[in-house]
Amino acid sequence: MENTLEKKNRVKDLLDSYGLPRLIITCFVLLLFIMAPMVGADLTMQIGNVINRFSWNAVLVLAMVPMIHSGCSLNFGIPLGIIAGLLGGTLSIQLGFTGTTSFFMAILLATPFALLAGGGYGWLLNRIKGGEMMIATYVGLASISFMCMMWLLLPYTSPTMVWGLSGQGLRTTISLDGFYGGTLANFLAIPIAPDKGLYFPTGALLFFALLAFAMWAFLHTKTGTAMTAVGSNPQFARASGISVDKMRLLSVVMSTWLGAVGILVYQQGFGFMQLYMAPNNMTLPTVAAILIGGAAVNKASIPNVIIGTILFQSVVTLTPTVLTAMIHMDVSEVVRIIVSNGMIVYALTRKVKGGAK
Amino acid sequence: MEKNKGPLLEMRNIKKDFFGNQVLTDINLSLRPGEVLGLVGENGAGKSTLMKILFGMDVIRETGGYEGEIRLDGQAVNFSTPFEALAAGIGMVHQEFSLIPGFTAAENIILNREPTKRNIVSEIFGPRMDTLDYKAIAQSADKAIDKMGVKISADMVISDMPVGHKQFTEIARELSKEHLRLLILDEPTAVLTEKEAEALLASIRSMSQQGIAVIFITHRLQEILSVCDTVVVMRDGYVVKESPAKEIDIPEITRWMVGRKVETSTVNEARELPDAKPIMSIRKLWVDMPGETVRNIDLDIKEGEILGIGGLAGQGKLGIPNGIMGLYEAGGTVEFEGKPIPLNNPRKCLDASLAFVSEDRRGVGLLLDESLEWNVAFSAMQIHDKFLKKIGPISWRDERAIREVTKRYIDELQIKCTGSRQKAKELSGGNQQKVCLAKAFALQPKFLFVSEPTRGIDVGAKALVLEALKRFNREHGVTVVIISSELEELRQSCDRIAIVSGGRIAGILPATESSEAFGTLMVSQVV
Repeated sequence: MENTLEKKNRVKDLLDSYGLPRLIITCFVLLLFIMAPMVGADLTMQIGNVINRFSWNAVLVLAMVPMIHSGCSLNFGIPLGIIAGLLGGTLSIQLGFTGTTSFFMAILLATPFALLAGGGYGWLLNRIKGGEMMIATYVGLASISFMCMMWLLLPYTSPTMVWGLSGQGLRTTISLDGFYGGTLANFLAIPIAPDKGLYFPTGALLFFALLAFAMWAFLHTKTGTAMTAVGSNPQFARASGISVDKMRLLSVVMSTWLGAVGILVYQQGFGFMQLYMAPNNMTLPTVAAILIGGAAVNKASIPNVIIGTILFQSVVTLTPTVLTAMIHMDVSEVVRIIVSNGMIVYALTRKVKGGAK
Repeated sequence: MEKNKGPLLEMRNIKKDFFGNQVLTDINLSLRPGEVLGLVGENGAGKSTLMKILFGMDVIRETGGYEGEIRLDGQAVNFSTPFEALAAGIGMVHQEFSLIPGFTAAENIILNREPTKRNIVSEIFGPRMDTLDYKAIAQSADKAIDKMGVKISADMVISDMPVGHKQFTEIARELSKEHLRLLILDEPTAVLTEKEAEALLASIRSMSQQGIAVIFITHRLQEILSVCDTVVVMRDGYVVKESPAKEIDIPEITRWMVGRKVETSTVNEARELPDAKPIMSIRKLWVDMPGETVRNIDLDIKEGEILGIGGLAGQGKLGIPNGIMGLYEAGGTVEFEGKPIPLNNPRKCLDASLAFVSEDRRGVGLLLDESLEWNVAFSAMQIHDKFLKKIGPISWRDERAIREVTKRYIDELQIKCTGSRQKAKELSGGNQQKVCLAKAFALQPKFLFVSEPTRGIDVGAKALVLEALKRFNREHGVTVVIISSELEELRQSCDRIAIVSGGRIAGILPATESSEAFGTLMVSQVV
């Protein structure tokens, strides 16, 4: 009797720690995986797709972690980091770098922009403690709009990037063939279904693993510990002699830089660079992914990033295949929006008071 | 005053416990119409709980109700909500204001009881659409203000008013209720200037002449004597003294307030340290801590002693450590071991080997969502680079060292938990307090401020916490300053006790001094 009760409790504890929404999404994904072969989809192909999409998006999701840890909450301002990445990418191409060099040059060139933008963004967030998420959203939107003008006005001349007729202003979509398209993914790539162009992106996954390990390591250092404490209870951190603002600023800069690197990794997988309004489409899926992974508004871990990205990308890639086959209608976009927005709303309603705010 | 009538209010054998913790025992009170009753007692004596019972506050019912009987005009009553109490003619003015800042005084006074006029719309849609009769509102508000006997402007917006006028508006609101028979004033003068307080006392007298009975709670004993007919002193949930105001004086009241076991209380091993040199000298310290303002403190703390800082709530004793440790805006000079400590900078204090256990355990003291290990080790790690190991150029958390130190303190302080990885929020208040102490001990400070170490924890944990502090002082030679509202506790553990009153040090006495002496100091400069 007592034993069963204990077992029941343990099951309940397990459920609690896993979280109901995560459980529902997991079940949904499993269902999709089971249904995929039944409606005639190629399961190998689907799994391969999920892995590839994971390799594109994981770094962007990782970019959420530092800000969550320092209590700056979800980084809705990730477009700022993305724009820094785009600047790095376009500059790298403009300066004539090609192949793998262009990728690392892009990261290098994006870094000063990320540090600068991140610094300003962090300074702003320190001024509006408690309202970070809303302000971050507007920072993202404003920076996108600003750059919409700049992409047209900046004196880029590389023929691969500018509009063909006028020779001025950047195109909305730029192919990265010959530059850094696939540069990571092709490193040590393992063929899965070469006839359909499906490879296992070893290099891209290794690159993510490297960054994730660095993040994990950072959170185990003295500074990383202080950052987590600031997020957990800023009053406590202050009383322990930590400069709360400095920690938050550092976390925002880190998040922004990771956002810049993240979009470059995404582009090398996707094969194209998208400018203008495109950064806006990255925000909600990224935020939703880490929340599905089980992160709270002020707690996130590397496993949250990995699980969340896999689950979210599974939903995004499998739903169209399965549902289109079943009801002959493309509802993938609808499902993506429902899942990502629903997840965010759910997480925000559960926003627990992390320390004294 | 009509002394020959039967009592308006009678409370008989009122008992109340919060989860087994007895806070009120056999309270008997009676009140005639027009009588002014002064209720005094130390913090936690049970005054507020008693008033909450009378007023039918939710918190009483939620914690299991009360025992005993309340009679109003000879009829037994049991209010389950404040609305019922209001309907029965009981009004209460709370310590915190409940006014709408953007409304005028008149609107606040008459709120939700506005006289209305019918108009075309309300003829069709019913009385909810009536227009407000502003003229009538102004009249009734003026009437209530007249009744109070203090002139305040009825059409002034609350947010523009000085604090005192807000307080008067609250009182006028209660008075405007036609059938008001009993008014409870819970420390109404705490926020008033001397002049305003006098006006308030005058208005209490005039209410009493109109037959309204008043229960007046305050820490300012002179006020009690000047306005009350009867004084009731409470201590530890008992009524220890009930006397006509004419037959009692301030020293006697203070003796009754603080003097539990006056004769028998044992002062444990209070030491005199005549040779000790001062380790910290505080000069002209002011601290802007809301509700605990420190105005001008000069204090020398001797090396190796345990100094107690006592005083009534709101007099500034909590502001002292919070200000010195940089958590609230402060000014003045503080010297530690001959070197000045920069104020408003927590890091500098910690670097100078000072440590602080905050009275706000859950807000400042703990990382509630993190493990005990983090809570104990964090400050020491950040300040003194302890519990770190260097691999290559990077210092990592040394999880093993952290676990060991946490386990040691869990054993030493008898912290009840499931293990060093349990989250701090899952512990009880007493055990959380022990974690806070462990955090401070792990810093291995030379000087330790402990603020309200026993607030809200049970008797067993109390003794343990005080014992741990004393041991820490004796074994490691650490100077300890304990700030507490509970005088008896200070007398048991300290060598000397400084009493803060009105944001200043009212006096420093050896812990062996009598309770009355401390009581007199406590109220000497109350503002």
